[in-house]
Amino acid sequence: MSRTTVISAACLVFRRDLLLAQRHWGQVAQPLVFFVMVATLFPLALSPELSELRQISSGILWVAALLASLLGLELLFRSDHADGTLEQMLLTGQPLSILALAKGFAHWTACGLPLVLLSPFVATAIGVPFDALGTVMLSLALGTGILSALGAIGSALTLGLRRGSLLLGLLVLPLAMPALIFGARAIDLSIHGDSARGPLLLLGAMLALAVTLAPPAIAAALRISAE
Amino acid sequence: MWRGERRVLAGVSLEAAAGECVHVLGPNGSGKTTLLRVIAGLLRAEDGQVDCNGRNTGADRDAWYATFSYLAHSDGLKPELSAHENLAFETGLRRPLRPGEIETSLADLGIAHTRDQIAATLSAGQRRRLAFARVMLAGAPLWILDEPYTNLDRDGTVLVSAVIGRHLDRGGTAIIAAHLPPSIPGHRPRNVELAA
Repeated sequence: MSRTTVISAACLVFRRDLLLAQRHWGQVAQPLVFFVMVATLFPLALSPELSELRQISSGILWVAALLASLLGLELLFRSDHADGTLEQMLLTGQPLSILALAKGFAHWTACGLPLVLLSPFVATAIGVPFDALGTVMLSLALGTGILSALGAIGSALTLGLRRGSLLLGLLVLPLAMPALIFGARAIDLSIHGDSARGPLLLLGAMLALAVTLAPPAIAAALRISAE
Repeated sequence: MWRGERRVLAGVSLEAAAGECVHVLGPNGSGKTTLLRVIAGLLRAEDGQVDCNGRNTGADRDAWYATFSYLAHSDGLKPELSAHENLAFETGLRRPLRPGEIETSLADLGIAHTRDQIAATLSAGQRRRLAFARVMLAGAPLWILDEPYTNLDRDGTVLVSAVIGRHLDRGGTAIIAAHLPPSIPGHRPRNVELAA
C-alpha cells in the first residue's frame, strides 16, 4: 500500500493546525491583545513624552513580544495531548521531528506572524521613528521564530504536568535571553540611525540553529510525554 | 512493568498470527491497556520485547508504527473538526485517500449522516464509531483495539464486530482488550487472560 510522503504529511499537519487556529481564533487573538496592552501600559506608567519613550521602546517591544509568545505556546501541543490526537500522530509512522517542525511553523504563522504585522503600529505609538519600522518587523519576525522553536521544546517537555505553564516560562525565558539582547539592540541601533545589520545577522543565525536543532528535541520530548 | 509501586504484567507472553483475533481479558487493573501500549511501543517494557515477523520492533519504530493502527481509550478526535476532516487528516498522514473512501467507511459504521458534523456535537457512541472508522481506513494489517465496544449500542457493536470479521477474513490480525468476549462472525477469538 502506498504511503503518504513526508512532505505531504507535513503540509497536512500545517493545514490542519491553521484550520484549528481559525476555528478558535479567540484563543489565538489573546496573545496579540496582550502584546498591544503591555506596550501601551508603558506610556501610561512612565511618561507620554515620545523622546523619553524612544529611549526604551526597543526593550518594551521585545519584552512584550516575548511574554505574548509565551502565552501562545499553551496552544501548541496541550489540546492535542488532551484529546489523544497527539498520540495518534506519533503512531502514524511518519518522522515525528518533521511533523513537529510543521506544527511549529503553523503555530508561528497563527501567533507570531500577526504579531509581526501588528508591531509597526505599536512601535509608532511608543515613539519609534518611521525609518526604524522595517528593523522592528524583521527583528521580531526572526525573534518570534526563535521563540516558537524554543517554546515548542519547553511545551513538549511540560505536557504531562498539571501546572506546566509556569514551568514553561521558567524553562524558556532564560533560553530566550540572547535573542532578546540582540533583537532589542537591533531596534535600538536603527532608532539612532545606525546600521542594524550585525545583530540582525546574529538573530538569523540563532533562528537557523533553533530551527535545525529543535525538531529532534521536540520529537524526543513528545515521545517521553506520551508514556 | 511497574505502575506506581505495583508490578503489573510479569511474565506475560502473547502471540498473534495473520487472520487471528486475540482477546486480552482480565479484571480491572490487571494491565490490559498497559499491555496494549507496550505492544504499540508507547510504553517501554522494563524487560522483554515485541517482535514482528521475527524482528524486534524497537529497532525501527516508525516502520513498526506503520504496520498497525491503535484504538486507544480516548477517541483521538479533534472536537473542532468535522467527522470527515478528522478522518481525512488522520488517515492522510498514513496514506493517500481515494475519493469516497471516507464516506464508505462512515456508512459501514452507520454514521454516514454525521459526515459534516463537528465532532464536539457527536454523541459518545458516534465518536467511538468515528474513531473506529479511522482504524479501518488506516489500512494496517494489525489492529490493536482497547475496549472498542465502549459507549456503543447494540447496532454499533454488531457493525464493529462485522468490520473486525472482514478484516480477519482478509488475513488481518486483531488484538482486542475488552471486558466481554467479542462475538465476531465466523471467528473464534483466542483468549489471553491476565492475572489480577
